[in-house]
Amino acid sequence: MNSFNAQEARDADRSQRAHLLSIADLDREQIEELLRVTDTFVEVGRRPIPKVPALRGRTVVMLFFEDSTRTRLSFETAAKRLSADTMSFSVSSSSLNKGESVRDTIETIEAMGIDAVVVRHKSSGVPAQIARWTSASVINAGDGWHQHPTQALLDAYTARSHLGSLEGRRIALVGDIKHSRVARSNIEIFTALGAQVTLVAPRTLLPASTSAWPVQVSQDLDAVLPTVDVCYLLRMQQERMTEALVPTLREYTATYGLTSARADQMAEGAIIMHPGPMNRGVEIASEVADRPSAVITEQVANGVAVRSAVLFTLLGAGRLQGSSAAAATNSSNELSIQTDSVLAEELAHAEEAS
Amino acid sequence: MPVAERERRMSRPYGGVFVARSRIMDGEDITRALRRMAHEILERNHGSQELILIGLQTGGVQLAHALAATLEDIEELEQHSLPVCTLDVALYRDDIGIRPVIPEEVTDIPFDLDSKVVVLVDDVLFTGRTIRAALDAVIDFGRPRMVQLAVMVDRGHRELPIRPDFVGKNLPTRRHELVNVTMDGVELGELQKS
Repeated sequence: MNSFNAQEARDADRSQRAHLLSIADLDREQIEELLRVTDTFVEVGRRPIPKVPALRGRTVVMLFFEDSTRTRLSFETAAKRLSADTMSFSVSSSSLNKGESVRDTIETIEAMGIDAVVVRHKSSGVPAQIARWTSASVINAGDGWHQHPTQALLDAYTARSHLGSLEGRRIALVGDIKHSRVARSNIEIFTALGAQVTLVAPRTLLPASTSAWPVQVSQDLDAVLPTVDVCYLLRMQQERMTEALVPTLREYTATYGLTSARADQMAEGAIIMHPGPMNRGVEIASEVADRPSAVITEQVANGVAVRSAVLFTLLGAGRLQGSSAAAATNSSNELSIQTDSVLAEELAHAEEAS
Repeated sequence: MPVAERERRMSRPYGGVFVARSRIMDGEDITRALRRMAHEILERNHGSQELILIGLQTGGVQLAHALAATLEDIEELEQHSLPVCTLDVALYRDDIGIRPVIPEEVTDIPFDLDSKVVVLVDDVLFTGRTIRAALDAVIDFGRPRMVQLAVMVDRGHRELPIRPDFVGKNLPTRRHELVNVTMDGVELGELQKS
C-alpha cells in the first residue's frame, strides 16, 4: 500500500474512462445503482450549501451542436454541485462556423485537458463516434432520434419516487415517437425496470417498425389512459417535421392531446410526465400541466441530481465501464446495430425531404 | 445484517472477503465500552444538552444509535430524544479517482449544527482520512461549537493529525489486517482475495 502511486492510478483511470451513450448499454443493476446515487444528490441539493468537493479539479465540457437550454443548464448545475469546472461550447460562437470538423474540435478541446464531454448533436451516433476519438468520458445529452439517456434516468427516478417500484407498472408514451430520442431511451429504461410500455400515436408518428421493441402499440388514447400509472407525453417536434405527418395540430390535439376531460379519466395516483419544453394547448392542455398529478417541474429538479450522479459515477467512481466503454471500443469501426437503424431512418428521412 | 450482505459490504471497497482470525470483544464488552464512553461524553460536556451524534456510514450508524440510547438511559431522558444523524463521506474523500468511491448510504442531517457539540461516531479509526472527510462535510452543514470523535476501535496507523476523544478499545494491528465491528463484538482478521 505504501508503494501505491496516486498518479499512476489516476492515469490508469483515465485510460479506461467510462461513457454513458445509451440506456441499452446499462444493465438493470447499473441503472439501479445510478438511481440510488441520485438519492444522495437529491439530499445534497437540500443542504444549506448544496455543493460537495467530489470532482474538484475535473473539467466538464458542454459540447452542444444543437440548441438546448434546460439540458445544458442542468448539466452545468450538476457539474458545479460537484465542484467540477465547466466549459461551454455552442455552435454559433465556435470555429465550426469557420469549417472546422467535429474531430478537430474534439482534439482541440481535449488538448486543454478535459475529463468529460457532454455532447448533443442533431445526428444519431455522434457521441459514440466522439467516444472513440477522445480519452475523456463522453455523456450523450441527446443525439438525433437515437438516445437521451440522462432524460430517461431522471424520468425513471421521478416515476419511481411517486410509484415505488416500476415492476409491473403500465406506462403510456403518447405522441411523436418517431422523431423522439426520449421515447427510445425511455422505452429501454422503463422496460429494464420491469414496466410495461404502450405507445400511443398515429401511425405516421411511429417508426417504420416497432416489432423489435418490447412494447404494445395503440391508436386509442381514451382506451389506454384509465389503465396506466404514468401518462408520458412527448413534444410535437415541429422543427423535425419536414413533411405533413398530421393533418393539423388541432386534429392531433383532438385525438391525442391530454385534455382536461381525458386527464380526468386517469386512475387515482397516476402521474403525468413531459420532458419539456411543453406545447401548452397541443399535446397537453394548459390546465392539465398545472395539476398536482403533473410532475413536470419535479422532473427538471431531479434532472440536476441525476446528472450529478452520472458525472460522479463516471468520473469519481469510475463505474459503468465494461459496458458502454467496451461497446465503444469493441465496435470501433461500426456503430452499434441500433444506432445504425435509427441513422438509416434519419438519412432516408433527410433524402425524402430534399 | 445477513452474512451475505455483510460480506458484500466488507468486500466491496477491498476486493475480497473478510475472514476473522480472532475475537477481540464480545457483545457485552461492546455494551460496557459504550456505557463508559457515554459517561466520558457526559463528563466532558457537562451533560447532554447540546449534543448531536453523527454516525458515519455505514459502520458508525448502529453504534451512534446505541450510544444515544445509552446516553438517554444514563441521563434518564426519553427514548430517541437525543438527535442522531447519519453521514456518508464518500463525496468528500481524498481518494476519489484513485480507487472506486461510491456513496453507499444516506446522509441525513435535519438539524441545525450551529453552536452545537457534534460527536462523530465511527466503528474503526485507522488512517484518519474518513474523519478528515467527515470534518469537511460537517462544516458544510453549519458551524458547531465543538466537534468530538468517538470510535469503538482505534487501530493506529494514522496518516493525519487526528485523534479520538472517546475510544472503546485501543487495538494494535498490522496494516494489512482488517477490523470488523458489529454490535455482537469485534473481530480481527484478514482479507482473503477471492
